[in-house]
Amino acid sequence: MAMTATAGHAQADPHHIGVVTEHPGPAPKRIVTAYGFWIFLLSDIVMFSCFFAAYAVLSGQTADGPKGSEIFEQRNVAIETVCLLLSSFTCGMASIAADVRNRFWFYLGMTVTCVLGLIFLVIELREFADLVARGYGPSRSAFLTAFFSLVGCHGLHVSAGVLWLLTMMAQVFAKGFRADVLRRMMCFALFWHALDIVWVGVFSVVYLLGSAA
Amino acid sequence: MSDQSHARTDHDLAPGEEEQHSVGTRILGYVVGLALALLLTATSFFIAGTDLVWQPSIPVALIVLAIAQMGVHLVFFLHITTGPDNTNNVLALAFGLLVVFLVVGGTVWIMAHLNANMPPMDHIIRMQ
Repeated sequence: MAMTATAGHAQADPHHIGVVTEHPGPAPKRIVTAYGFWIFLLSDIVMFSCFFAAYAVLSGQTADGPKGSEIFEQRNVAIETVCLLLSSFTCGMASIAADVRNRFWFYLGMTVTCVLGLIFLVIELREFADLVARGYGPSRSAFLTAFFSLVGCHGLHVSAGVLWLLTMMAQVFAKGFRADVLRRMMCFALFWHALDIVWVGVFSVVYLLGSAA
Repeated sequence: MSDQSHARTDHDLAPGEEEQHSVGTRILGYVVGLALALLLTATSFFIAGTDLVWQPSIPVALIVLAIAQMGVHLVFFLHITTGPDNTNNVLALAFGLLVVFLVVGGTVWIMAHLNANMPPMDHIIRMQ
């Protein structure tokens, strides 16, 4: 939108000398930071799409090992999904609390988000450990390799998100709601919501389509 | 971008940022988003396990429900809308989606045909 404001002056004054008063100036740092992080998130989603593509190609290559419908437990996946969805909601509540500088609701929202994220991780790790113990580790078949790398990559992102969440709580505790802390909090909220979007793809494509087929 | 819309907002919105709303309105947005997402998730899990619907339609239904839920997340949680102050965010998202569809669609398309166009395995072994 800055383009439209400057377009009229572009030919007469390409370097914008003398139009300072009319020029809206660069976007606020808050917008620049969040927009840059949005670009990063989109590239992260592109990376996930490569894992999805690999899974889609390899999901039938079971090498006489187990098929998806034999190893997926829908009840666990439902619990994981609800946990992540609720944590996305509480993360939103925490970011609203941060915007209105309310420490109590911020800490409460972040704590609930953290607990829900940890429940998700524990269920996922137990599923992985159970599969490996039954001999269905990532080296068993191409299908399991693709499964472990796709779901594991999402799990790693959630783990990193939980660490980031704890860092944000510590920073608000130590530094208060400063402008730079609020910018980081905004990026964290974007990251957490984006993880939930990726999980929608994971549970639909991997677990539900895998059990249906 | 009409002049009217430009006068209303003199700056862009960061992704995740909402236009100026009261706290109650913002919380309500998240509640609506959560309710819609839960509804779509429940439908997905129900569709996957039921035999009430025509079975070959299930994969398509699951994918449509997943895309719908991603849309709900984008609008209600990430606040990516079609508003004039959100143009940059939507354009970045559109480019990201283009790459995602190229990667996933292209891979599935090529690999499916590659498999079909390959000679049977014993032919390859005899050629060596």
